[in-house]
This record gives sequence, C-alpha cells and structure tokens, in this order.
Amino acid sequence: MSVDTVSLTGWGRTAPTTAVRFRPRSYEEAAATVRGCGPRGSIARGLGRAHGDAAQNAGGSVLDMTALNRIRTVDAAAGLVVCDAGVSLHRLTEVLLPLGWFVPVTPTTRYVTVGGAVGADIHGHNQHISGSFSRHVQELELLSAEGEIRTVRPGTALFDATAGGLGLTGVILSATLRCHRVTSSWMSVDTERAVDLDDLLERLGAGDHRYRYSAAWIDLRARGRATGRSVLTRGEHVPRYALPARARRTPLSFRPGPLPAAPALVPEALLGGAPAALLNEVRYRGAPRYRIGELQRLAAFFHPLDGLPHRNRIHGRAGSVRYQFAVGHGREETLRRIVHRISRRRWPTTNAVLKRFGAGDPGWLSFPVPGWTLALDLPAALPGLAGFLDSLDEEVAAAGGRVCLAKDSRLRPELLAAMYPRLADFRSLRAELDPAGAFRSDLSRRLSL
Amino acid sequence: MKDAFGAPQSLLVLGGTSEIALATARRLIALRTRTVRLAGRPGPALEAAAAELRARGADVRTVGFDALDAESHETALGEIFAEGDIDMVLLAFGIAGDQGRDEEEPLAAVRVAQTNYTGAVSAGLVCAGALQAQGHGSLVVLSSVAGERVRRADFIYGSSKAGLDAFTQGLGDALHGTGVHVMVVRPGLVRPEPAPEPAPETAPETVPAARAASPSPAPARGGVALLASARITAARSASARFASAPLEAPSLTTTPDAVAEAIVTGLRRRSETVWVPGSLRAVMSALRHVPRPLFRRLPL
Repeated sequence: MSVDTVSLTGWGRTAPTTAVRFRPRSYEEAAATVRGCGPRGSIARGLGRAHGDAAQNAGGSVLDMTALNRIRTVDAAAGLVVCDAGVSLHRLTEVLLPLGWFVPVTPTTRYVTVGGAVGADIHGHNQHISGSFSRHVQELELLSAEGEIRTVRPGTALFDATAGGLGLTGVILSATLRCHRVTSSWMSVDTERAVDLDDLLERLGAGDHRYRYSAAWIDLRARGRATGRSVLTRGEHVPRYALPARARRTPLSFRPGPLPAAPALVPEALLGGAPAALLNEVRYRGAPRYRIGELQRLAAFFHPLDGLPHRNRIHGRAGSVRYQFAVGHGREETLRRIVHRISRRRWPTTNAVLKRFGAGDPGWLSFPVPGWTLALDLPAALPGLAGFLDSLDEEVAAAGGRVCLAKDSRLRPELLAAMYPRLADFRSLRAELDPAGAFRSDLSRRLSL
Repeated sequence: MKDAFGAPQSLLVLGGTSEIALATARRLIALRTRTVRLAGRPGPALEAAAAELRARGADVRTVGFDALDAESHETALGEIFAEGDIDMVLLAFGIAGDQGRDEEEPLAAVRVAQTNYTGAVSAGLVCAGALQAQGHGSLVVLSSVAGERVRRADFIYGSSKAGLDAFTQGLGDALHGTGVHVMVVRPGLVRPEPAPEPAPETAPETVPAARAASPSPAPARGGVALLASARITAARSASARFASAPLEAPSLTTTPDAVAEAIVTGLRRRSETVWVPGSLRAVMSALRHVPRPLFRRLPL
C-alpha cells in the first residue's frame, strides 16, 4: 500500500486541502487504514470527478480506491457484474460491451469509479427512464467504522443512506450491478433546436418518454426572446440489425481515442465573455434544426468531453464551480426566473445542461427528484458569483427544490435541511453507526452532515 | 471549512479590537462565518467588539491573549484550536509607537519590535502548526507598506513590519503544499471610517491614519510620508492631477473597509500578497529601487 501526503481538490479545482493518501490494494489494507485513521477520520476517493470537496479530508486520511480495480465476475447471460469499488465505468464499458452489456447509468464522463457512482448516486441522460445508479445495484460490500465488512442490500436503511451518502456511511468495497442489454455500440440520435426555454420545456415534456436518453444543451448567454434557446439531443441504442453493413462487421467495438491533454497553465480569460459567446453561437447555429436517426458512437454521444483529458484546467488557476439544482414539476416559473437571471449576467457558461427528471430513488441524500434539473459550469473567479449563487439557492429552496451535493462546493449549510428532508435520518444513522466520526470529508465538515 | 470562494466558516482574530480585523469579520459573517474567536487584551473594547459581531449573528467568544507574553501563546491558542477547526486566522495585532519618543527611549522601541515582530513570530508559528495539523486554513497577516522600504520618519515601526513581512513570506513558502494558505496584506495609510470606533490598543495602521487625517497643511514630516511619496511618483509619471490634489492623495490611502474587502478578494483568489489599494504595488516597487542618497532626500 503506498502512502503519501498530497494536496487534493475536486474536479473544480477549488479549495485545496492536504491529507494523507493511502492506496489500499486489498480489503485488509483498507480495513487497517480505516481502523488506524486518526481523529480527523478518513474518506474514500475514486477518480476525483466530484466537483466540490466530497472526496477531500483535510488533515485526515483519504483512501484512494483506484487500486482496488478487479472485475470479479460477469454473468454474461443475466447481465450481472460483481466488481471492486475502484473499477471505472470506462473499464466496465470496455469489458462489458463486447459481451453485449452496457453500464446501466453513465454520467457525462466514463472516468468515475463504481464506488463513487454509488456514493454520489449519479444520474445520466436516462434518469427519466432508469433512475439513478443505485437503482441498478443489487448488493454492496461496505467497510464499517470498526473495519468490518457488511453486505448491504436495497430496501434497508443503510443502503438508502449509502446510496448518495457521499462515502460518509463507510467505504464501499464492491458492488453487484445489473447491466443494460445492448446489441451494438452505436446510438441513433435525434437532434432538434428549441428557440427558447418554453419551447424546450414543451418538447422535453412531450417527447421524452419515447427516448431512453435525453438531455438538452442550453445557451445561457442568449437573452431577450432567445433566452433559453437550446439544442435537444435524444438517443437510443441501435439494434444490430439496423446498423449499416459496414458498422455491422464490428457492432460492439469500443475504442475511444483521447486528444492531447489541456496544458497545466491556462490563462483565466481563455473562456471569458467573447470566446464563450462565440462557442455558444457556433454550437447553437451548428446544430441541425431537426434531424433524426443520426448514427453516433457511444463515446461521442455520452462522453464527448472525455476526449480532452484534464479539461477542468481550462478555467485557469481559480478553478470552476458547477451548480446543479432540481425543482419539481409545476415549478417551471422558478426555472424560468433562474434561467433569465443567469442569462442577464452574460457569464461565460459553456457547458449548461437542462434535463427532465423522472421518479427519484430512495437514497436519503440522492439528488434526483421528479421535475427539471439545470447544471452549469462557472469560473470561480467571477466577481459576485458567490452571492449570486446564494440567492439562487434561496429561490431553489423556496420552490422545494435542491442542489446536487456531489457537485457542491459552496452551499450555505442552513439550507440543507430544507432541500433534503431525510437529512435528520442520515445524521442520526451516522451518529449511531459511526459515533467517533471515522468517516469525514471536507464536505461533511462544511455542511455538518 | 472554506467554500469554493475561500469564505471561511470559523475565524480567529489575533488583536480582536483592530478596526481592519473587525471590518473583515463583519464581511466574513455576511458570507459564511459562524464562529468567531476574538483574541486580545481583555477589556471593554474587546467585549464591545464581540458584542457588535454577535449582533450580526455569529457565535463570538473572546479569549485573553497578550502578544508580549510569547510563552503563553502555545496554551492560549492551543485551546482555541482544540475546540474545533479554525478556517482562517487573522493576525492583526501591533502597535505603531511614537517615533520621536521611541528614539529617546530604547525600551519603548523594543516594545514596538516585540509586539509587532517577536509576538507575531511566536503567535504565527503556533497558528501555522495548528493549521498544518488540520490540513487546511488561511493565515492572514497584516503587514504594512511601511515595511516595504523603511523610512526615516518611522523606521522603528517600519523595521518591525519589515521583519514581520519577511517572516510571513518565508512562512508562506514553508507551508506551501501543506494545504495552509498564508497571505500578506500590505495596506497603505488607513483613514478611519466616517463613523469610527476607537481601537486604541491595536491596529497599527490606525495610528498613521490618525496622522494622515490631520487636515493641517503642514503636519509632522512622517505624517505626509506616503502621501507625498505617492504624489512624487504620480507627478513624475506625467500627471498634473496629483499636483492640484489635496495632501491626502485619495488614490493611495485606504479605509478599514477597503482593506477588509481586499482580504476577502484575496481569500477567494488564494493570493499570497495583497496591496491595498492595489496601485501601491506599482508605487512601492518604484520606491524600493530609489538609491539611498536620493531616498534620504525625498520628503517622505
């Protein structure tokens, strides 16, 4: 097991803190680390894709789980896979796709670990059909504060606390996942442009149930009548028989190629106002008004940004903040107001996504609720951003909505209980299971989870 | 914990009656700060400061702390850190002394040096150790432009601040990579706010401020110090604006509130050095290179 002291941040590269990083290679080493952690506790960390401080533990121990990366069994007939928590969705896709299976839920990057996916209860573009990640987990192995391994099954309180529990109920060691059957690695993609926010909401509300994957890129710089103009992309897995002859020769191939990494030092103005406006304009104008049945490879459809390693560097030294909130159906007015407020600021938001959520999952701190979600990236250096996001929080909380904790790096702790009604249960379960506080993170300290 | 914008949730102020420190605390309470510990010499001033911050919604407690009693620092500060994480330490104590008297009475001069430098070294190291153990936090040290190039007019105060400034820079380099952020703040002359609250025992910068605030056209030579230097530099950079300006060149003086704002911005940017106002950076980097025979003759 390698041990070193490192300064860690989330994907947004804000608020670095220093911790001792352990890299356990076996369950025993992980258990020994948890048992031996000092008063500042320990937290598991995967590939560091959470935007905020969920996988940091200032002055304590961080368990880098990426060395626990075995896929133990694959039941190719039933689509069940048992794997260690440190296996990435990238690796799972590489292994499962040739067997005709696909990960049940994938976010916009493949470079997340299974443990992180459960801990953040991630959702993807199929949330309205398939729910979030924990819905496809049959069983978990969880390392408790005493260093014992527990088997956790859905339907129990511990499972609901762990799914979306940000690693604070224990270290997830392995998971049994139910995968999705596919017969090719190609996607059939329908693209349409929505001229404004109302148009987008209507299209999402009317047609979403017909597609397995659906999300819209939204231009948050457009103002006036064009406010909320967007490009709606929805897709389905293509059955093998529907592939053109050339693609049918290797229907399940999966060979995404990365581009060169972003340089370590990027000027902060690179994605400033004008370049961001240009990018958004090109992206909107470049999208077809209406196109159906375009064939795309899996990686191009789900993870277009994975091609650029270290892309979080493009916001410069100050890093970025990802803000994602959800409000329920019937709260479209709040969504509209927030979109208008953001677009009036003319901030360089390039990567904003609006999606319609279906039914949520029982995880106590699981983010999705039926309704609408909007996620956007903002450079942390923008003046006045902190206060602006605080005021958005107020609006979201007043509308009964919530902010995604796995992406959060700045929420006001007082609002948390209003956003997550099961928070009290979560706190009392933690107090019962882990009275000494063996599992802590910067996020749990900041929000008193 | 600090959030993505560097706003701390808990604050420890060393020199709890400093006006700059209180202005900073007010701003931070408006952001995220919920816990404030005011360390300073016990007295009505400290309690009044605590009561004022408490009224703004923070959990405030005062702690007895004497900069001159370096032996007590470890225990006094250790107790504060033992209660819970401190996200930001603001080292704001110091005295300006009285240059004329201090030159006559070496012991008074030593007191200035001991408060501003020796006391800060001891308190700074204790805090640095505690912050390092918790793996995160900011140590913000109030230095002064007076320490950047020491002048005849206040070289005793200036030299103590020069020492403090150099110490802080070195400490910042020593703590680089440990998760602790060390920031030096170099304010120019600080004028009191329109409705000032007296801060007698601390706030080194308030004393030059008092001098600067004197409206008399011919105050002590030391009083005009930086203002005059500013005017010279500015005038030489081809501007007639300062020539007609009043003695207090407003572009180069500052207020506790402006310093507080600069500190909050510095936290957000994780800056290592903050000049208030920012233009002093250019002015002082020019002054720093003026040869001594010439510097001596400048009406500073």
